Amino acid sequence: MNFLFLVFLFPLLGFLILAFGRGKIPENLAAVVGVGSVGLSALVTAIAGVQFLQHPPAGDAYVQPLWTWMQVGGFAPQFALRLDGLSLTMMGVITGVGFLIHLFASWYMRGDEGFSRFFSYMNLFVASMLFLVLGDNLLFLYFGWEGVGLCSYLLIGFWYQDPANGAAARKAFVVTRVGDTFMAIGLFLLFHTLGTLNIQEILQLAPQAFPPGSIIVTLIALLLLGGAVGKSAQLPLQTWLPDAMAGPTPVSALIHAATMVTAGVYLIARTHTLFELAPFAQEMVGLVGAVTLLLAGFTALVQTDIKRVLAYSTMSQIGYMFLALGAGAWSAAIFHLMTHAFFKALLFLASGAVILACHHEQDIRKMGGLRKKIPLAFWSFVVGGSALAALPYVTAGFFSKDEILWQAYAGGHAGLFWAGLFGAFLTSLYTFRLIFTVFFGEAKIDAHAGHGVSYWLPLSVLLVLSTTVGGLIHLPLDGVLPASPAGEGGAVQLQIKLLSGAVAIAGIAIAGWRFFGQPALLHWLENNAVARLLSRWWYAAFGFDWLYDRLFVKPFLWAVRVNSKDVFDQIIGTVPVILTSLNKATALSQSGRLRWYTASVACGAVLIIGAVIYL
Amino acid sequence: MNGVSAIPLEHALILSGILFSMGLLGILIRRNILFVLMSIEVMMNGAALAFVAAGSRWGAADGQIMFILILTLAAAEASVGLALVLQIYRRFNTLDTDAASEMKG
Repeated sequence: MNFLFLVFLFPLLGFLILAFGRGKIPENLAAVVGVGSVGLSALVTAIAGVQFLQHPPAGDAYVQPLWTWMQVGGFAPQFALRLDGLSLTMMGVITGVGFLIHLFASWYMRGDEGFSRFFSYMNLFVASMLFLVLGDNLLFLYFGWEGVGLCSYLLIGFWYQDPANGAAARKAFVVTRVGDTFMAIGLFLLFHTLGTLNIQEILQLAPQAFPPGSIIVTLIALLLLGGAVGKSAQLPLQTWLPDAMAGPTPVSALIHAATMVTAGVYLIARTHTLFELAPFAQEMVGLVGAVTLLLAGFTALVQTDIKRVLAYSTMSQIGYMFLALGAGAWSAAIFHLMTHAFFKALLFLASGAVILACHHEQDIRKMGGLRKKIPLAFWSFVVGGSALAALPYVTAGFFSKDEILWQAYAGGHAGLFWAGLFGAFLTSLYTFRLIFTVFFGEAKIDAHAGHGVSYWLPLSVLLVLSTTVGGLIHLPLDGVLPASPAGEGGAVQLQIKLLSGAVAIAGIAIAGWRFFGQPALLHWLENNAVARLLSRWWYAAFGFDWLYDRLFVKPFLWAVRVNSKDVFDQIIGTVPVILTSLNKATALSQSGRLRWYTASVACGAVLIIGAVIYL
Repeated sequence: MNGVSAIPLEHALILSGILFSMGLLGILIRRNILFVLMSIEVMMNGAALAFVAAGSRWGAADGQIMFILILTLAAAEASVGLALVLQIYRRFNTLDTDAASEMKG
């Protein structure tokens, strides 16, 4: 398995080729390089996966040390790749779904000015994300973590001519940086207490070094949670994700739905021992997930931009994963991560198809009746939406979401269970509100369908994976993550399945009733004063942007303005003033007059000789 | 040898100092570049005289070797200097050194 390093080498090479081509590479060649590199990477992943599953290495993990990164005293982090069940799963999602999205992007971005620039960033992203999940120690992971943050920034601001996109990119960068700072402090604390950043060593040392529930381990776990919350757009650092939709749609599919935003879930699952030692921190994980999933669900109900609906639904689905992590259902969280990657990538790509078909229109109120005109996008939305709403037994989302709800219930987390169940209702409601509004009713917009293999192939593959097929994939997580507290539950689990299925169908029914019928009751519910106020509040995503603007941005700008002539600048400012006046004084002596020069040379010579003789 | 050594070293050095100072004074007060060049020659000869006198005082050949070297240097300097003088005259139509003061700070 010593070819493992190839998996990130190909995208990295692709990035270098495209980056040094400086945009002069023809579109077709750029597409071949950009898509092909990720395709090769997916191929390597497949071979590695087959080998790994057929001949599991000793200890259920294969470690490939590449080189020692640096050596400072006792601190010598290895640049080593670690392949185990968890990183194999993540690798499969990143390269597999990533390849399909790259393929789709070669259709979506055709004709764009920055075509090869786009693919160079995307390849760099895939390479960084692979660093993140393959890294053997937390420093390496942090390296990938920052790399994906950079690519996210570059790709959100991809169409940089519009200042709004640049602002969205900066917002995403700064907000996630807040979380990254927490995480960095957490890593410092870990190194300070354990003396290593190697993940496996940490997991082994932690139970001996920290008594369960001690303050230091709780602090470390909370700081890591801070990093995860920033990257995964959870409360309270969730505000950047909806704005991140300013990037091209394949970017939203790859980075802001399938892979990067789930890095927080991966981080917590990776360091699960620390969270098990700190029950308070783990409860906080569940709480953050539950609150985020409900807030994002309510917000998604009233959004009018097709991509923002999906963005809030991503936020709420990652909330499910956090909820699962909080309930100790580690494998269920990763399972939901994978199925979510399938159906959310499908939904985003399909929304990209809709947006292009409607000539870059994103407002769902201006769409309608698109069912007949773009059938593939319609069916993708139906299947992906059903998976998102977790329609029982026929979709991938059902299996994973049901597992989470069952584990939450069986683990005695009643609050998390009911929040998850109510979230499931909201999910199906807003998903089918979106589908009905866009694809049914009278046609309001002229649309033309896309064509070509890079259009229908990714959608079809993801469409198949979003059905039961995706739900039947068995993840090799047994050796990596601890077993869930509750196994198969028999009758109770079946009841929960039926309950969550019923909730999902109820959501669809209400969405359909509202759209197709003219229900007086719903009409009244939506149009009284309280409801209108609520929906305005929800539309603004509970006013977090407003709040943060008042709490942080405005005071900061005020401080900047007040402090723009600060004392230190005044002190430091005297140095250049002195130097400039000295310069002017000495420049005066350069008169250009030969006789003055001669006189000064003579005087200088006299002075020096005098000094030599008399001193 | 006796006749030459009759001149004391101090006299020769005073003469060379006078020559050097006159040359320097010439550079400082003359504006015509030809006279400046001539003054430089005078200064060089002053320095060379000091070498010769010192060489004869200690009976060493070094002083005369230095004199030959300075002579060669003066010839080379004069040829380059005169070429520059020609160019300056072509460009500025004058031999005034102050006219060629373009490279000031």
